[in-house]
Amino acid sequence: MSVNDLFKQELKVINLGLKSFQNDLKSQEVTVVQVNWKPKAGGKKNMLDLLSKLNKVRK
Amino acid sequence: MIEIIETANKEALEIIQNGQPTLVGLGVAGEVIPGMAKDLFLHAGPPITWDKMSGPLRGGVMAGLMYEGLASTPEEAAEYAASGKLRFEPCHHHDAVGPMAGIVTARMPVWIIENKAYGNRAYCTLNEGLGKVLRMGAYGPEVIKHLQWMENVLYPVLKETIEIHGPIDLKIMIAQAVQMGDEVHNRNKAATSLLIREIAPSIVKTSFSDQDKIAVLEFLNSNDHTFLNLSMPAAKATLEPAGKVEHSTIVYTMARNGTEFGIRVAGLGGRWFTAPAEIIDGLYFPGFSMEDANPDVGDSCITETLGIGGFSMATAPAIVQFVGGTPKDAVRYTTSMYEITTEESRAYKLPPMNFRGAPTGIDIRKVIETQVLPVINTGIAHKEAGVGQVGAGIVHPPMACFEQALEAFVNLLEDEGLLEE
Repeated sequence: MSVNDLFKQELKVINLGLKSFQNDLKSQEVTVVQVNWKPKAGGKKNMLDLLSKLNKVRK
Repeated sequence: MIEIIETANKEALEIIQNGQPTLVGLGVAGEVIPGMAKDLFLHAGPPITWDKMSGPLRGGVMAGLMYEGLASTPEEAAEYAASGKLRFEPCHHHDAVGPMAGIVTARMPVWIIENKAYGNRAYCTLNEGLGKVLRMGAYGPEVIKHLQWMENVLYPVLKETIEIHGPIDLKIMIAQAVQMGDEVHNRNKAATSLLIREIAPSIVKTSFSDQDKIAVLEFLNSNDHTFLNLSMPAAKATLEPAGKVEHSTIVYTMARNGTEFGIRVAGLGGRWFTAPAEIIDGLYFPGFSMEDANPDVGDSCITETLGIGGFSMATAPAIVQFVGGTPKDAVRYTTSMYEITTEESRAYKLPPMNFRGAPTGIDIRKVIETQVLPVINTGIAHKEAGVGQVGAGIVHPPMACFEQALEAFVNLLEDEGLLEE
């Protein structure tokens, strides 16, 4: 299937990341599923450090 | 390299899965709760002093003082509570749990639940019904009169009833109720019905007057929340032995005192990790709004700690009419709770989730990693003492509780020399 054929069909979009992309598509009445995803530990460095320490527990 | 933690968590989960919460009888708090005394009032949530208590907790304390005969007016009660003559300790420090304000005083009748697998007991007062009640911070004459009726009629009838009937397996009853549209925190319609069906013949067999028996049956039947005060101590009795497993990252207590939310983690013993309690997003009764609401309060989220309550909302679609949202939201809540838990309950199976077991065993590591917070459904008390319930809704613990606990857990392992350099 060529790319042009693909765009002639109804688009079904899965968006991973910024919700504004989902909102833009929604406003154009495109079906879009927003993946509920966050970076690990919300990207908080102190929490990531603590989690990585727990991977170093002695046997 | 995380074998110590995984082994500990497996042990904690085995204890939780094997729990056999059983109703074995009723007693008076001052006689059966360990360490209970006339000058001691138990309350919901982590430790708190009178000066920091919110309206509903203060209202509950004032009602308790008038009920105990230690004060005759609300003003006298407030003065007594502030005088230092009264000690305040969490229900959780005395093997007890209390819904909303969770006030337990020495004279109050309590259910006695025994975990037959491990021998430990848990205690909870009898549910007062909805509206203007002590647990919501109300303290008017009708509240005290109703508590006296519970002590003088409801309690002796139910005590003799259970003596005639014998112990009741609450694990089986809860397992049935979650297949009948209850999640046994804010929806207890099926569970209460099952309880009444089970004990009604024994109530009839008691030595009390027909008038008293009828009054008891009518009260139990009028109050869908009768079973809440059994599901809570059942969860407490099930979780408590898991709280002794060293090096486990599993949460065995979540509770709120109306000012702070607190959690306790098995590997960190009795230590509380607290942060300010949140305001609840929900449905408010006519005439009330979020501005009237007290922050989150009560020990009832012990049900969520076990994986029922808000964690099993998918199985109770009708509850959304009480706490807000749609049945689809209820399924979404339950689905997301599998992200932060360790196992699926072998006993509590949820039909709308294709009979998956309830999400069980909250792991603080998973909460931090995924940033998914436990979901709790709850009643909402008015922020002023004396008013009562103003709605119900959905709330979460503050992330700070889990962050503090994770830090403390890593520090503990470092202190014990269990972390590699």
